[in-house]
Amino acid sequence: MTDNLSLAWALAWIRSAQATLEEHRMELIDLDRAIGDGDHGENMSRGFKAVVAKLDDSIPDVQGVLKVVASTLMSTVGGAAGPLYGTAFMRAAKAADGDLDSEKVVAMIAAALEGIVARGKATTGEKTMVDAWTPALEAATAAKDSGASPAAVLRAAADAAAAGAEATIPMQATKGRASYLGERSIGHKDPGSTSTAYLLDEAAKAAGA
Amino acid sequence: MKKLINDPANVVAETLSGFQAAHADLVTVHFDPDYVVRADAPVKGKVGLVSGGGSGHEPLHAGYVGKGMLDAAVPGAVFTSPTPDPIFEATKAVDGGAGVLHIVKNYTGDVLNFETAAEMADMEGITVKAIVVNDDVAVEDSTWTAGRRGVAGTVLVEKIAGAAAERGDDLDAVLAVAEKVNANVRSMGVALTACTVPHAGKPSFDLGEDEIEIGIGIHGEPGRHRIPMAPADSITDQLVDPILADLKPAAGTEVLLFVNGMGGTPEAELYIVYNHARARLEAAGLKVTRSLVGNYITSLEMQGCSVTVLALDAEMTALWDAPVLTPAFRRGV
Repeated sequence: MTDNLSLAWALAWIRSAQATLEEHRMELIDLDRAIGDGDHGENMSRGFKAVVAKLDDSIPDVQGVLKVVASTLMSTVGGAAGPLYGTAFMRAAKAADGDLDSEKVVAMIAAALEGIVARGKATTGEKTMVDAWTPALEAATAAKDSGASPAAVLRAAADAAAAGAEATIPMQATKGRASYLGERSIGHKDPGSTSTAYLLDEAAKAAGA
Repeated sequence: MKKLINDPANVVAETLSGFQAAHADLVTVHFDPDYVVRADAPVKGKVGLVSGGGSGHEPLHAGYVGKGMLDAAVPGAVFTSPTPDPIFEATKAVDGGAGVLHIVKNYTGDVLNFETAAEMADMEGITVKAIVVNDDVAVEDSTWTAGRRGVAGTVLVEKIAGAAAERGDDLDAVLAVAEKVNANVRSMGVALTACTVPHAGKPSFDLGEDEIEIGIGIHGEPGRHRIPMAPADSITDQLVDPILADLKPAAGTEVLLFVNGMGGTPEAELYIVYNHARARLEAAGLKVTRSLVGNYITSLEMQGCSVTVLALDAEMTALWDAPVLTPAFRRGV
């Protein structure tokens, strides 16, 4: 299959993700200031800048790109997002062996979600990035089962993640620093699920979807 | 924003440089990754104690590195947890062959980064155990939140567990002492003003001229509720009452009373709070046998304080009294 996702896709994805996170830095800071400590936009911006600086010709494949993302985010982001995204990309890298067909795209998203849940111990409905990753995996699985291309699987995942992020607005946070606000966390969009939606949207765009 | 800084981006690095220069007899500072170890680390055969977290709480944690307390401290950016690699490097640097105890304040970022570092250490064959301190009674229902925060009680855990490690307890015994302190300590804080993180440039939350925030944490985050400014005794009651309601110490219990300043409160005011808090504890039938008053875990320049009560037993009292020699805490030496 020629529409399998290769190294070129992974490089394009991560580079455009960095640009998008930079563009939305203040938005993420403001979302986090409302219900957290206001550092999410700054931390993600710092982390992805460091990632892009490490992307070079020596990286052989998709798995190699995801490993660089994982280790760099882990060592530069800090806060809660660093270990969560770092673990997500580390697990995704393990699942992304060779070029990716639709099956492997789903496996990659499933592995990322498993890593986040294992590290953060959150479930759906707690106003965290799990509320974006979970519907993304469900939509990706459904698309794969109906015979969609890898790009279409990513588009389905990205759209579901964006809807999942929107759906965190009426939720009361029960994990993370926002949970200390109790009912005062209701009415704000979760910053982590928002950055997840941006990342998956760029993954789909880089695949041409 | 008026601060004695040069560049918000260099606050932590310049602080550490000054700290190293001032206390070279007691500590060694490593840069990139940033961590502080006691000058004689690793101490062969002794359990190593590593703590850390966002900067901005000075003297916590680097000020408590030294004989009888911490072996290493790992400072992150201001109010942001350090990443796993400096925690891992600090853990390696203080492993004297008897294992390492991580002392972690219960904030999501701190817990995740320390857990990840512990996994990295485990892969290198270093045994790491962790105590997650959660003494803050302001966070009421732990099933609906990330759990009680770790605040001023952390200082007492570091001192008492540090003394246990210094006397030669093994890793499980040091962990047991740390768990005992955590199980018997409760804290509650109040902010009279917010604080300003250098790279944010504006106060972390808005508080009116006549308002105070009860139940704050230590990262400038809002607390339990907001009330009009009141006399010190009335505010002190609102800190002591929730502690006693939660700790439920039996009459006659010996306690350590710790009144901590948040960074911007004159010491005189801390003693006014201490005076009334002590009277309240004695009226409840408790015996205040040990005390600590001062700025030990701060929130930058925030005005306010916290009250901490630790129900003591003979072992904790003896370990509290044991000699300690660190830049910010020294007694019996």
